[in-house]
Amino acid sequence: MAEALLTLRDILVRYGPTTILEFSSLSVHAGENLAVIGPNGAGKSTLLRLMAQLQQPTQGKIYFHDREALPSNGLAIRRRMASVFQEPLLLNASVYDNAALGLRLRGLDRRSIEGRVQPWLERLGIEHLRRRRARSLSGGEAQRTSLARALALDPEMLFLDEPFSPLDPPTHEALLLDLQRILRETGITTVFVTHDRDEAFMFGDRTAVLIGGKLLQTGPTMEVFAHPENLEVAQFIGFDTKIPGVVESANEQSAQVRFNGGYAQVFGDFQAGEELFLCLRPEDIAVSLPGVEGPKSSAGNQLRGKALKVTPWGAHYRVAAACGENRLVALITKPAFLGRKIAEGDEIVAAFEASAVHVIKRN
Amino acid sequence: MELIWEGIKHAGLLLLSRDAEVLGITLFSLQVSSAATGLSLVVGIPLGMLLAMKRFPGHSLAVSIINTGMGLPPVVVGLFVTIFLWRSGPLGFMELLYTPTAMIIAQVIIAFPIVAGLTMAAFQSLNPNLPLQLLGIGASTPQLLWLLCKEARLPLLAAIMAGFGGVISEVGASMMVGGNIRGQTRVLTTATVLETGKGNFEIAIALGLILLVLTFAVNLLLTHIQQREQIRWPKPS
Repeated sequence: MAEALLTLRDILVRYGPTTILEFSSLSVHAGENLAVIGPNGAGKSTLLRLMAQLQQPTQGKIYFHDREALPSNGLAIRRRMASVFQEPLLLNASVYDNAALGLRLRGLDRRSIEGRVQPWLERLGIEHLRRRRARSLSGGEAQRTSLARALALDPEMLFLDEPFSPLDPPTHEALLLDLQRILRETGITTVFVTHDRDEAFMFGDRTAVLIGGKLLQTGPTMEVFAHPENLEVAQFIGFDTKIPGVVESANEQSAQVRFNGGYAQVFGDFQAGEELFLCLRPEDIAVSLPGVEGPKSSAGNQLRGKALKVTPWGAHYRVAAACGENRLVALITKPAFLGRKIAEGDEIVAAFEASAVHVIKRN
Repeated sequence: MELIWEGIKHAGLLLLSRDAEVLGITLFSLQVSSAATGLSLVVGIPLGMLLAMKRFPGHSLAVSIINTGMGLPPVVVGLFVTIFLWRSGPLGFMELLYTPTAMIIAQVIIAFPIVAGLTMAAFQSLNPNLPLQLLGIGASTPQLLWLLCKEARLPLLAAIMAGFGGVISEVGASMMVGGNIRGQTRVLTTATVLETGKGNFEIAIALGLILLVLTFAVNLLLTHIQQREQIRWPKPS
């Protein structure tokens, strides 16, 4: 385990009677990218402000390099960090002056500032804009300037608070790829806050899921996305279908689970009588019309139901269906949809592989 | 018409001849009003920043008082300053009535709410997340305040100009607390009142013209600075 660069302990943040944030522990390790994901209003930005020494918790302690962060050493710590927010928040000055601002605040001389800012303007593709006034920039250019301003500081920790969410998709994507490359090359310890699980998946070595002010799960990103520990996390990271069931019989590798409307086989070590939820991602459910051979007709686990709503979903179609009391969401490709012509109100058969099921135990 | 024309002609001659008394009055007016504006900046800018950036009990009351103060009639200020400085008044022992100091006190009371109110508006027009961002790239508190002032420089300049414009042109308070004593507390406005009353229109017009030129110069400077900023808008690429 790498060294913990920043550790938060027994944190409580309250505004009046409202609790914004409450958790026992969170660490950021040297060199890692930690993604913090959660819905709007979950307390993500507050958490980031605590880490960046921009806000004091109501209760709790924060340690940077194993030394407690206090208001008295706040400036010294802040000068080893840098933040980029959702808005670029540039001053009414040129791109260069904005990018150089943090270094000027640290009292560096002109030449060393030039030497540190210039490479970042080039690397972020905004060198040609260096004399432009900040307010004449496009959203993407402004956010690149804000990134240059942070990266020129060569910070020990970089905090990014949904830095790209207001941008249009092509700009967003280009910046995301550039930033990913830069972070990989520099190895800066980064905390990236986002409500977009794809961004978290792309960036995070580890992911922390923050919902309703509580840290519901923290772990390696792959692990969190594959094995959410509870229903709220499962829902947020894309397991839209959650079917309650009971284990009928079990052996060491697999179990037979009965749910309202059918049986399913799942893999894992379970005990007969255990109550659990079968969680499925939309892309892991195949939907077809009864009697028609679907591509996944070999799937062992099937349930019948009725299509409630069919919505175009990017390159896919999203089918929401009712199977008895269970609600189910499936994503099918456009060719498959056009071949099968599922309409709202149709009887359907939904099938899934046992290996695609993620089980959450009910307690 | 004859009266006005003759008046302007004489006023022009008076100005060209650099009449010692007119020149003295002009310089004295500038001294008093500059000192008053300077002091009201010292009080008004921090107060305006505080009101714009911090919430505290009594905040909206304070804002209301400042807003009322921005339209305070100079004669009312003159009245209360006179009462305080009157020989039997609370500050009578200081013997300040009918001195330039008394005039500066009255003008500060007129100007500082204007400066504070416009400063507050200037800082409220900044993005409320800007302080967090500046701290987030390592600004200390003094650096933060300086950067915010720099960012709000144009509306702040307007606040300074409005404060100066308010006091250079007021007559009621200067008359009451200064007493319009020749060679001691006579300023452009009080002198204009006096000369008009005596029927010396050419001198009154000359004084009035100087006042107009001063106000115009102040506005010209402000407009010039604003225009200079405007020119930096991007050319279409």
